[in-house]
Amino acid sequence: MAIKKFATATYSDEAVLFDAVKKTRGAGYKIHDVFTPFAVHGLDEALGYKVSDLHVAGFIYGLTGTSTALGFMGWIFTTNWPQNFGGKPHFPLPAFIPITFELTVLFAAVGMVLTFCYLCQIMPGVKKHIFNPRQTDDKFVMTIEVNDSNAGAVEGFMKTTGAEHTDVQVAEEGWWYGWWGKKEQYEELNPTQTQELI
Amino acid sequence: MHLKYESYVREALVDGKKDYHQVTEDICAPIENKPTKLWYLGFFISASLLMFGVFSVAWEVQYGTGVWNLNRTIGWGWDITNFVWWVGIGHAGTLISAILLLFRQGWRTGVNRAAEAMTIFAVMCAGQFPIWHMGRVWDAFFVLPYGNSRGPLWPNFVSPLLWDVFAISTYFTVSLLFWYAGLLPDFATIRDRAKTKFRKKAYGIASFGWAGSAKHWQRHEYLSLVLAGLSTPLVLSVHTIVSFDFATSVIPGWHTTIFPPYFVAGAVFSGFAMVQTLLIITRKVLKLEDYITIGHLEAMNKVILVTGSIVGVAYITELFIAYYSGVLWEQEAFRLRVMGPYWWAYWAMMTCNVVSPQFFWFKKLRRNIWFTFFMSIIVNIGMWFERFVIIMSLHRDYLPSSWSYYTPSWPEVGFYLGSFGLFFTCYFLFAKYFPVIAIAEIKFILKTSGDKYKEEMKPIDVQSEEEFIEQQAHHH
Repeated sequence: MAIKKFATATYSDEAVLFDAVKKTRGAGYKIHDVFTPFAVHGLDEALGYKVSDLHVAGFIYGLTGTSTALGFMGWIFTTNWPQNFGGKPHFPLPAFIPITFELTVLFAAVGMVLTFCYLCQIMPGVKKHIFNPRQTDDKFVMTIEVNDSNAGAVEGFMKTTGAEHTDVQVAEEGWWYGWWGKKEQYEELNPTQTQELI
Repeated sequence: MHLKYESYVREALVDGKKDYHQVTEDICAPIENKPTKLWYLGFFISASLLMFGVFSVAWEVQYGTGVWNLNRTIGWGWDITNFVWWVGIGHAGTLISAILLLFRQGWRTGVNRAAEAMTIFAVMCAGQFPIWHMGRVWDAFFVLPYGNSRGPLWPNFVSPLLWDVFAISTYFTVSLLFWYAGLLPDFATIRDRAKTKFRKKAYGIASFGWAGSAKHWQRHEYLSLVLAGLSTPLVLSVHTIVSFDFATSVIPGWHTTIFPPYFVAGAVFSGFAMVQTLLIITRKVLKLEDYITIGHLEAMNKVILVTGSIVGVAYITELFIAYYSGVLWEQEAFRLRVMGPYWWAYWAMMTCNVVSPQFFWFKKLRRNIWFTFFMSIIVNIGMWFERFVIIMSLHRDYLPSSWSYYTPSWPEVGFYLGSFGLFFTCYFLFAKYFPVIAIAEIKFILKTSGDKYKEEMKPIDVQSEEEFIEQQAHHH
């Protein structure tokens, strides 16, 4: 986890954002991230992101659930303690289906959600730098990592993409454990941000 | 100009000419303002009911299940009736969130958050009944398969009662996960607007550090889609398994293959009715009529009409099969339902469930708020009677000397009232501290279905195709 410098640009409309992303990528800049208040359809393609493999993980977790359920119940009813329940066979597959299905769904769902949290690096207690307090409200924020020498040039370029507001911020790059509402050390280096920041 | 086009002829899903910021303001307002007198009143009444319920349950645990009026031959009474009733109610939330997502119905966004919360609270209430009816509740963990030194002794995996344990636990867990995953971005919205340090801390933890990164949104969409795909068969399976509690028995009137689809349709029916009850009050009190529009209420009434009709068809099928099968016991079971000591429950059920939803064929009534509210209560009463009627088949079995009659004792009634207390206490807390509408999802559909943007579609509608294509091409 490192303190880095970022040039940020804030937009008010998705259409402008799409054009800006296209222009920025066309100019050869590497976009660090784009923050939006809701899932913008087509943005991940515009940014060139690969399709997520989360569903593959989900499928594997589901298979684990199925095999756990069938294996465990099968072992209990055939090897460990076979009993006669109303003349049913020792491996009554139809009777095993409800629990097998439920465990499949349970493992898949829990596994996928935990994997999702792991991939996005989110969990209770995690804190991240918010570039613009309104990025979870109604603004779209694009960030590009810069260093001291090119910060001005990059910010200047971003101004030409139709941004409502641009600035350069110092921020902790990833995540850390912290209390929200507490001022972090690196925030001293940033110009004051207000709630009405546009 | 927005990238997606929806005809302005389609009713707007968000009224009031909202933009993104206004959406945030409207939905966060009830959370950020102080609780109103009305909220305190409702919360106090719910908490009182809950306290009475706790007392009734404590009485039953202390003195044993004998304080209930269950006896030969009516071994099941209010406890299981209430269990199935609450589980059924819970199914609407998942249907709205999951199934309507798979069907790409944009109108789900106005109602899904509150409906899913209702599901979770309903399942919590439902779960109380199997737990406390155990008598020796401190041994409740016996139902779980864990290694022990008594053999090891395992639960009976081929029993529907154990299938229920797995089904209800899974349903609760998956619904909770689905609901919470959707809440993460909304908690982040509230966190970033929070004025006090305590709120920032609390919602900061609740939001898991969500920042709105595009990659995370991509995964979030994917997660929602797969969870919806998992939840859909889950909804169908859970109430099917609950119906198996009855269908796998040998009792006339219970041992029928119609039970799984009939129970699932009935669950959706009563669940949507409860959603209507809650949302009609919520939208008025929290001033969210622009988001939970008459169109939303009408769509839900259509579902109530369809599922109510399915339930009605199931009733008639049961009666027909009882006659057509020629099985004496089946025929007697149904004759007793219609004309026996519990005839009043049967006719209450038929009136409330079969006759009343048919009024929703009329558009004027579908779009009438008072009538919808009245109907939603009627439907829930009817569905309670349905489960009661099924279970009261036990009052007459093969030996006339064993025939009896059942009325609930006060701990049973108290338990039921307590479950209402639990449900509404949770709902009031939810309405105060959680966003009752999915903020991010409303924003997702705003530019397609918000009335402000639909107005902007009008000039596009009259354009020719060539002009439209040219304009789009130029813009990019």
